[in-house]
Amino acid sequence: MIDFIQMIVSGVATGSTYALMGLAMVIIYKTSEVPNFAQGEMALVTSYFAMMLLTTMNMSVYLAFFLSFVFAAILGAFLEFAVLRRAKEPNVLGMIVITIGIEMIILGFVSWKFGAEQKTMPFPIGPYDGFIIYDIYISKLDVLTLVSALFFMIVLFLFFKFSKLGLAMKATQQNSVAAQIVGIRTNRIMMMTWGISSLVGATAGLLISPTIMHPFMMWDPMLKGFAAAVMGGMTSLPGAVIAAYMLGIIENLFGGYISIEFKTVVAFVIIVLVLCIKPSGLFARHYIKKV
Amino acid sequence: MANLLEVKNIETYYDLVYAIRGASFSVEEGNITAILGNNGAGKSTILKTIMGLIEDQPDKGIIEYEGKPIQHKDTDVIVRQGIAYVPEGREVFEELTVNEHLLMGAYTRKDPSGVKQDIEKVYEYFPALKQRANQWAGTLSGGEQQMLAIGRGLMLKPTLLILDEPSLGLSPILVKEIFSIIKEINAQGTTILLVEQNANMALSVSSTGLILENGRFVMKGKSKDLLQDKDVKEFYLGIKSETSAKGFQRWKRKKAWR
Repeated sequence: MIDFIQMIVSGVATGSTYALMGLAMVIIYKTSEVPNFAQGEMALVTSYFAMMLLTTMNMSVYLAFFLSFVFAAILGAFLEFAVLRRAKEPNVLGMIVITIGIEMIILGFVSWKFGAEQKTMPFPIGPYDGFIIYDIYISKLDVLTLVSALFFMIVLFLFFKFSKLGLAMKATQQNSVAAQIVGIRTNRIMMMTWGISSLVGATAGLLISPTIMHPFMMWDPMLKGFAAAVMGGMTSLPGAVIAAYMLGIIENLFGGYISIEFKTVVAFVIIVLVLCIKPSGLFARHYIKKV
Repeated sequence: MANLLEVKNIETYYDLVYAIRGASFSVEEGNITAILGNNGAGKSTILKTIMGLIEDQPDKGIIEYEGKPIQHKDTDVIVRQGIAYVPEGREVFEELTVNEHLLMGAYTRKDPSGVKQDIEKVYEYFPALKQRANQWAGTLSGGEQQMLAIGRGLMLKPTLLILDEPSLGLSPILVKEIFSIIKEINAQGTTILLVEQNANMALSVSSTGLILENGRFVMKGKSKDLLQDKDVKEFYLGIKSETSAKGFQRWKRKKAWR
C-alpha cells in the first residue's frame, strides 16, 4: 500500500512538470493555432541563463530568477516578432516546421555555449531535500512544482475567463480579421502570448534543472506536456493540467507494477487510445462550424 | 454639411486583379450613403480598402477621414479614429458569448460605465440578443449573428458606421427590421456608409446613392431621384420597361456605363 501511494505521489510530481509544459503549449495554441515545438528549448535556454547568473555572476537567487523570468518573456516575444511574424502567408504546417527549426537552433546554441555534459544548478532547494509523512517520502522540489503548476493554472484560467486582455487573446484566435475590426492590435497580442507562454514553460525548466541539467533535459517533459495538451483538447487549460496528472500517475504506476523499461512509452500509447475514442480530446468544448 | 469621409481616386489590386479602377466618393456627415452594384462590382473591396484590411492597398489614391489621410494605416489605428465596420457575412467569434462580443466591440473604449449603458442600448435595439446573452455566438442563427455584428460595431460608439450587406441571407421581415434600426441609429447622429445588393431597400433609407460597376462609379445622385431613374429602375430595381409596340418586335435595352 505504501508503495502504491508513493508511486502516486511521485506521479503527481512528474505530472506537475508535464502540466506546466502543457499549459505553455496550450497558451500559444489558443492564439496562434500552432503547436510550439520550441517550447522545451525556450525553457532550456532560460534555465541555462539562470545558471549563468547564479554561478558566474554570483547573483542572489531571487534576483537571478526574476531576471530569468524577464528573459523568458522577452525571448518568447522576440521569437514571435522576429521569426514567426516574418513568415509570409503562413499555414499551420509551415509554422510547425519553423518552431522545430527554432528548437534545433536553440539546442545547438546551448550545447555549443555551455557544453553537453551534466551541469549542476545551484538551486536553493536540492533534489534530495524532502520530508516523510506516514512513511511516504515527499520531495520539497516536487511540492514547489505542484504549487506552481496549480498557481499558473488558476491564474491563467481566471485571466482568460475574466480579463479584457485574455478575452482579446481568445478573440484573436477565433477570428483574427474580426479582432482587428474591433481595434485589437493582433500582432501585439501574439507577442504577449508568446511571452507569457515562454514564462510558464521556463518555470518548468527551472524546476527540472536541479535534478537533471543537460541540453536534452527538456525533451521528455516537452513531449509529455504536448501529449497532455493534445489529450486535454489543445485549447483547454484545466484539460491539459488534468491530462498531465493522469499521464504522470499512470506512467509511474505502469513503471512500478508492469515494466520500468516501457515507462516513458506508455504515455504515448494512452494518447493514441484517447484520440481513437475521442478525437477532439477529453476536455475540449470546440464549437464545430456550421457549413 | 462637411464630408466625413473623402475617397479620392483609389485603385486596388488583388495581386494581379485590378479590382477598383479609380473610385472617388464622399460621405457627408450625418447622412446615410449607399453604394449599390452587382456581384463582383467591387463594393466590398472598396470598404476593405478603406478599413486597411487588404495588405499594401490602395495602390493609388487618397482616403481622408475628418480631413486626415488614413490610407496605408493599420486597421486598429483606423478603428480607433471612430470608424466601425460590420463585415459581410457576419464575422463573429464562434466561441465567445454574446455578452463578451459586445465587450470586445468596446475594446478600444476606456469608460466602463458608458460601455455598460451601451450594452443595454444594443439589447434594446435587438431584444433577441438579450435572451442569448450567455450563449456562444457560433450557436446563434444567421439573423442573430448579423444583429450581433451590428451591435458589436455600435459598441465602438462610432462616428462613421460602415455596413457591408447587412441584408445578406436574411428573411424579408428581418431585412425590414434591420433597415429600420439602421435608420434609427442614423437619426441618433451616426453617419452611415452602406453597401447593398438590395437596391430598393438601400435607396429607400439612404439620402445619397452611388452605383458601382466594374470598379468604377457610374452614377451618383439623391436616393429618391435614383429610385425614379429609368436605368436604375430597370437594371437594379428589376422593374421592366420592356414592351413591344406592335407585338412582334421586342427591343431589349442593355446598358453598360463604361
